[in-house]
Amino acid sequence: MARAESKVKENPNDVSATASLALESPQAALPEPFAGWFRKRRWHPHAHQLELLAKVSEGRDALLIAPTGGGKTLAGFLPSLVDLARQGHRPKPQARSAIHTLYVSPLKALAVDIARNLSTPIEEMGLPIRLETRTGDTPPSRRARQRISPPDILLTTPEQIALMLSHKDAAELFGSLKIVILDELHALASSKRGDLLALDLARLRTHAPELTAVGLSATVARPYELAAFLVPHKGQTTTRLAEIVTAREGAKADISILKSEAELPWAGHSGRYALSEIYEAIKAHRMSLMFVNTRSQAEMLFHELWRYNDANLAIALHHGSLDVGQRRKVEAAMVAGKLRAVVCTSTLDLGIDWGDVDLVINVGAPKGASRLAQRIGRANHRLDEPSKALLVPANRFEVVECQAALEAAEEGAQDTPPSRPGALDVLAQHVLGTACAAPFDPDQFYREVVSASPYQGLTREGFDKVVEFVATGGYALANYDRYAKLKRTPNGRYRIAHPKIAQQYRLNVGTIVEAPMVRVRLARLKAGALKPASMLAPGRVLGEVEEYFIEQLTPGDSFAFAGEILRFEGLRELDAIVTRTHTTEPKVPSYEGGKFPLSTYLADRVRRLLAESGSWSRLPDQVSHWLRFQADVSVVPGPDEILVETFPRGKKHYLVCYPFEGRLAHQSLGMLLTRRLERAGAAPLAFVANEYALAIWGLNDMGEMVRTGRLDLTKLFDEDMLGDDLDAWLASSSLMKRSFRVCAIISGLIERRHPGQEKTGRQMTVSSDLIYDVLRQHEPDHILLRAAFADAATGLIDVGRLNQFLQRIRGRIRHIALSQVSPLAVPVMLEIGRESVPGEASETLLRETVEELIAEALSGHAQRKA
Amino acid sequence: MLNAKLDLMPESAPSLRSHILVSNHEMRPLAAGALYWEAEDTLLVADLHLEKGAAFAALGMLLPPYDTRTTLERLHKVIRAAEPSRVVALGDSFHRSHLAESLAEDDLAMLIRLQQGREWYWICGNHDPHLPACIGGTICTTLTINGITLRHEPSGNGSGREIAGHLHPVARIARRGSVIRRRCFATDGNRLVMPAFGAYAGGLNVLDEAFGSLFLRNRLEAWMMGRADVYPVLGSLLLPD
Repeated sequence: MARAESKVKENPNDVSATASLALESPQAALPEPFAGWFRKRRWHPHAHQLELLAKVSEGRDALLIAPTGGGKTLAGFLPSLVDLARQGHRPKPQARSAIHTLYVSPLKALAVDIARNLSTPIEEMGLPIRLETRTGDTPPSRRARQRISPPDILLTTPEQIALMLSHKDAAELFGSLKIVILDELHALASSKRGDLLALDLARLRTHAPELTAVGLSATVARPYELAAFLVPHKGQTTTRLAEIVTAREGAKADISILKSEAELPWAGHSGRYALSEIYEAIKAHRMSLMFVNTRSQAEMLFHELWRYNDANLAIALHHGSLDVGQRRKVEAAMVAGKLRAVVCTSTLDLGIDWGDVDLVINVGAPKGASRLAQRIGRANHRLDEPSKALLVPANRFEVVECQAALEAAEEGAQDTPPSRPGALDVLAQHVLGTACAAPFDPDQFYREVVSASPYQGLTREGFDKVVEFVATGGYALANYDRYAKLKRTPNGRYRIAHPKIAQQYRLNVGTIVEAPMVRVRLARLKAGALKPASMLAPGRVLGEVEEYFIEQLTPGDSFAFAGEILRFEGLRELDAIVTRTHTTEPKVPSYEGGKFPLSTYLADRVRRLLAESGSWSRLPDQVSHWLRFQADVSVVPGPDEILVETFPRGKKHYLVCYPFEGRLAHQSLGMLLTRRLERAGAAPLAFVANEYALAIWGLNDMGEMVRTGRLDLTKLFDEDMLGDDLDAWLASSSLMKRSFRVCAIISGLIERRHPGQEKTGRQMTVSSDLIYDVLRQHEPDHILLRAAFADAATGLIDVGRLNQFLQRIRGRIRHIALSQVSPLAVPVMLEIGRESVPGEASETLLRETVEELIAEALSGHAQRKA
Repeated sequence: MLNAKLDLMPESAPSLRSHILVSNHEMRPLAAGALYWEAEDTLLVADLHLEKGAAFAALGMLLPPYDTRTTLERLHKVIRAAEPSRVVALGDSFHRSHLAESLAEDDLAMLIRLQQGREWYWICGNHDPHLPACIGGTICTTLTINGITLRHEPSGNGSGREIAGHLHPVARIARRGSVIRRRCFATDGNRLVMPAFGAYAGGLNVLDEAFGSLFLRNRLEAWMMGRADVYPVLGSLLLPD
């Protein structure tokens, strides 16, 4: 009941029943006017809120770990509010000239949301505190004013802090900073944005040595990694940790897997088979959030749900590509309780409170235990009521994955990605930004950089290389001394060579490199007029899609977007011109797999679940029958071995293996294995990978080759494939080129925008692919290629995971030669034809184009003759 | 019947055609991006954009400085293979005229070595209107050989019979869900626009307006550069960017 009065939505202290959890006399710990304000609302502060307040007040860095709904945000701000209130009671000195508290959030929307919620207690208690937000959307005039007359509390994003730190007045602006609050730290750490944030935190500490850092996080697997993030380090030898305050666990979530009457699909990710049951679940609840893994899946399911929607329930769509205005409308309707369901992607994952959700539906596999826990946390934003969630696996393997995730959730197990060394391209950007503010001394600056936890292990040599890269490009054979961006001063400091360098830096700051996007714009004329796109009158923008998606379309193709079916008419400049169409079956965007690979932890649980036949009874009958059938005709692999099946089909011979390491690692494995099979004489033709398995097919009988000793599986799966074979593949891999592009942009090698050329920026660019080719040929050890490889190894090509896998299965390969496809192989075999072929593919396609053309030309002629 | 077949696909299927006809002169496109005119023993290249990396460095983007070397090595390779008695560079050989004077010593030496034993012509382009004498060869604005005019910017006049550069043509096709975008020789049999040769030279889709009325649309062919072969693709199969 108190909840209705509360504007601080995350505050769970709304039920008097929680009194037992509060301290004996909270008033003793909370000063006025806070104690009075809590009393008036009949709220009791949580133990963790008071504990955090006590620690931070003593100037100790602290990490608060609290599940969703644990009053995390208010807890994080209490120390700042209390300190500011105390200062305000003193006779007021002159207007403050510096920021007291910086609040950093990964999302712009979150900063704005928190600002709104926080202003209520500030106003009600009459606190003399100025609170402002600063994001990419803040007008330049207001940003300038914020630097002259800063607010007490500034709510902002990591990129904005980097920008503010690059100005000459940074030392003054942050000189008396007391507290930094890093919200949703689990979402930032272990990413490039987290690296930038860690470097900025180290910089802030140089300006304000007395600074206290407060981290707020959801439950994570390794809290000590986040605790290390918050404190300054002295090189590699010592690892200090911030104090950890852990909130009481909330009520256990009530999770179930949808029991569908329909036949479980063998492959695919749509979840379409269960729509009528999903619809019934939506009907039975006040408000449901339906999470899916990709945008295209969201579009498709939203569209299909409306076909079932006889009761005309208010069902909306929300994903990152939609126009901002449209997203805000949906969000407002959610908060106002006007919707019954929202189909959404991970854009709604993070901690924003969207209203009274009482059911979370997760379609497809959750991919990770922590991800599932976060999503489930969206339901019933209160600590003491169980969240309710329904898992809808889209195929048989996903049933097993959902069961493993459910068991992990019951145990409260987590699988946050492990931390990795800070990215060098991010450091390069930070070096330039630091020089923009003032000349830096390399010795002092090195000590500052290694005080940031991701860079703790950075050697002086590595640091110097990065500085050299920023200064002159760091090339071994030729150099650009005459064009250097940084120059040494007589006393050994680095300064920027020209003021325009600072201008360039500020236009290109940040670590988020979006895939090139194309606006989707509705044409005002009706379709069917068969006019070229350039003749249609442009109408409103519906949102943005990745350029590569539009590239696949030819005019006339239909696709689902923004909840409608649209016809692609053509491209005009950066707009894809579309019209509405009445087609009922759109050519849905090709599904990109789960964007998030199956986590190592969850993969391990899936393997164990499969290996113990006793646990199959926990799975739906259809799935346990399928596994028993597999055990009859082949085997179900044990938890630490890899099953390799070979069988003929049609005129081809197949080799299927089941690493359970996620699609990305499987694709890399497929690339490498086909190279090796080629050398072994198996004449492989192509391969296909899904989240669980890899299938390779070729002209020769690989089972027979193993039997006769011409193919040695142990050698085939040997770790040495990560040497020369990997190198050779990467030389031409488009995945490496994609990684390189991101590193080149973040490090400042190529610019997103050039001063004075914001609009015609395209002319200023050199294709990063061309740069990659040249650099790789002449200086394969260049720091930027190393950075790109490090990224790809953990991301797009997932070599790290592949390496672990190859070690794990050493000596544990189990080969079964079959006469036909096994039940376990069916899902991956069904993927064949959905993916393109590797290797010489594009040369083959070019040749094919020509040959097909010849055939067409000749047949066209024959018809004419007839 | 035979004639009609020849119109559509002059050589027998499925082997690739190896010659482009420009105003009835046979030209052989090489996968490296050069055009070899056998009858004249002449090798044509366009848009080398040497020192483009340095030009960008001056603007604060410190691109790898190996582009000039890469381009010269490619040129060396293709000249060694064809051993032509004449080489013509169709303009924009240098990204900036003045950068030709500050070419690294070994790069300049390599360039001079390539010129030995053959005629060498530099046609001026919009990027390099004032080339210095130190780079050797003959500097000119256009060159006509056996009725074919070689120039930097295509003239757009109706008569054609020219080979030009400047536009950096690339062609895009989509097959089985993959998109392939490659540098290409663009021709309608009367005029030909060469692909850019330089390591850092970008590309412009042949369907872009800039190519406007240069080609007869129904005769347009894009000879797309593969790894070892050049693939002729009919204009009707091409996609815009």
